[in-house]
Amino acid sequence: MRKLPLALASLAAGSVAGPALAADLNVSVTLPRLNVAAYHRPYVAVWIERPDNTAVRTLAVWYEVSNVAEGKDWLKDMRTWWRRGGRSMTLPADGISSATKAPGTHAIRVPGARLSNLPAGDYVLVVEAARELGGREVVRVPFRWGAPNAGRASGSTELGAVAVTVTR
Amino acid sequence: MKKSLALLAALAALAVPMSAQAHRAWLAPTSTVLSGDEAWVGFDAGMSNGVFIADHAAMNLDGLVITGPDGATVQPENLHRARYRSSFDLHLTKPGTYRVANVMGGVVVAYTVDGTTRRWRGAEADIAANVPAGATNVAVTRSDSRVETFVTLGAPDTAALAPTGKGIELAPVTHPNDLVAGEPATFRLLRDGQPAAGLDVTIARGGTRYRDNPEEMTVTTAADGAFTVTWPEAGLYWINAAVRTPAADGQPAASAQYNGVMEVLP
Repeated sequence: MRKLPLALASLAAGSVAGPALAADLNVSVTLPRLNVAAYHRPYVAVWIERPDNTAVRTLAVWYEVSNVAEGKDWLKDMRTWWRRGGRSMTLPADGISSATKAPGTHAIRVPGARLSNLPAGDYVLVVEAARELGGREVVRVPFRWGAPNAGRASGSTELGAVAVTVTR
Repeated sequence: MKKSLALLAALAALAVPMSAQAHRAWLAPTSTVLSGDEAWVGFDAGMSNGVFIADHAAMNLDGLVITGPDGATVQPENLHRARYRSSFDLHLTKPGTYRVANVMGGVVVAYTVDGTTRRWRGAEADIAANVPAGATNVAVTRSDSRVETFVTLGAPDTAALAPTGKGIELAPVTHPNDLVAGEPATFRLLRDGQPAAGLDVTIARGGTRYRDNPEEMTVTTAADGAFTVTWPEAGLYWINAAVRTPAADGQPAASAQYNGVMEVLP
C-alpha cells in the first residue's frame, strides 16, 4: 500500500519528462471540395521520405477500410506511395490506416515516441491523393527533424494545403 | 562445298518469307501492378503490325505457361480464341510476380521434292516421319520463340523470372513491374541461358493508331547481354529481339525470337 503512491509518483514524473524531450510531428492535410458530378472521397497516403526519395515510414493511409473484399484493390492507384513502400505493407495497420475523409482540413499528430528511432536530419513529408473517376496528385513538404520548424505547400487539383510543424 | 552452298541458299530462301511475315506477336495484360488480397488480370494475344492493335491474327496459345510467385504453374481461365485475338484470364491468389509466357519450340525444315521447295514445321523428333526420304536440299532450322508479359500482386519478386535456359529470355536488373516514365530500366537478354551480346532490341510503345510517328527505339545489348532504356512516357511497351545462327559443327541452323510486353506507369 505504501509502495503504490511511490510508483505512481515516478510514473507521473516520467510522463512529464516525456513530452518535454520528444518532438511531435503535426501534419495538416486539406482535401478540396470538388464540384464534380460523381464525387468519391480520395484515397490518401501520407509518408516520410529522405531527400533522395527513399521512403522512411508511412504515417497514414486513408482508404475504404470497411470494404474488406475490395477496398485494397485501389491502393495501387496511389502509385508513388505504392511503389515506395505501400506494396510491402500489410493493411489495415493499427495507427496508420483509417477510413477515407470528407473534404476539409484533417490533422495527423505523430507523437515523438513513434518516431524515436528517426535520426535528426532533413526529410520530406509526402501526401498523395488518388480519387475514383478523378485524378492523382502528390504534394511534398520538406522539413527538418530534430528542431522546431514548419513548412507548407499546396496542391492544385486533388489536394489543398499541406502543412507540417515539428514542435519541440 | 556444293552441299553447304545449297544449304545457305535454302536458308536464304527461308529467311525471306520469315521477314516478309513480320507481324509482331504480343501478349497484352489488362493491368500489371495490383493491390489487394487477390486480383484478376485479362490478357489478349495477337499478331499484327501495330502492337496491341488486334487487326490481323489471333495467337495460337498452345505454348502458354504461367509461372506463379512460388515457381508453380498456374492455369489460365476463360481461354477463348476470337478472330483477331486469343484471350484468357489469370486469377492472382498469391502475392508476388507472375510470368505469363507463350513458349514455342521446334524445327522448320525446308526441302525440295519433285522440283518444288516445301517447308514443314514441327517437333525435331518428327522430322523423319514428315520429310520424305527422297527430299533434297534439306535445311533444318531449330526455332525458339517466347512471347511474354509480367504481372504483380503486391510487392514484386523474381522467383517466377528464373531463366529456363532455352531460347531468348529476359533477366531482370530492373523489375519489369517496377517501371516509371522518365526513369531508366536495365534488363539482360540471355540466349539458351548465356548472355546474348550484340542483339538489336526494338522497343515500341502501343497506341500508334493515335499518333503519326511510331516513336520506336532500338538499342543493342552489351557483352553481358544488358540493355538500358529510359522510358520517354507512360504506356504499354513491346520489346523484341531476334537472332539467327547458321548451321555449324554438325548442328542445324537456329533462330530465336523474344517478344516481351511491359507496362510503364506515370
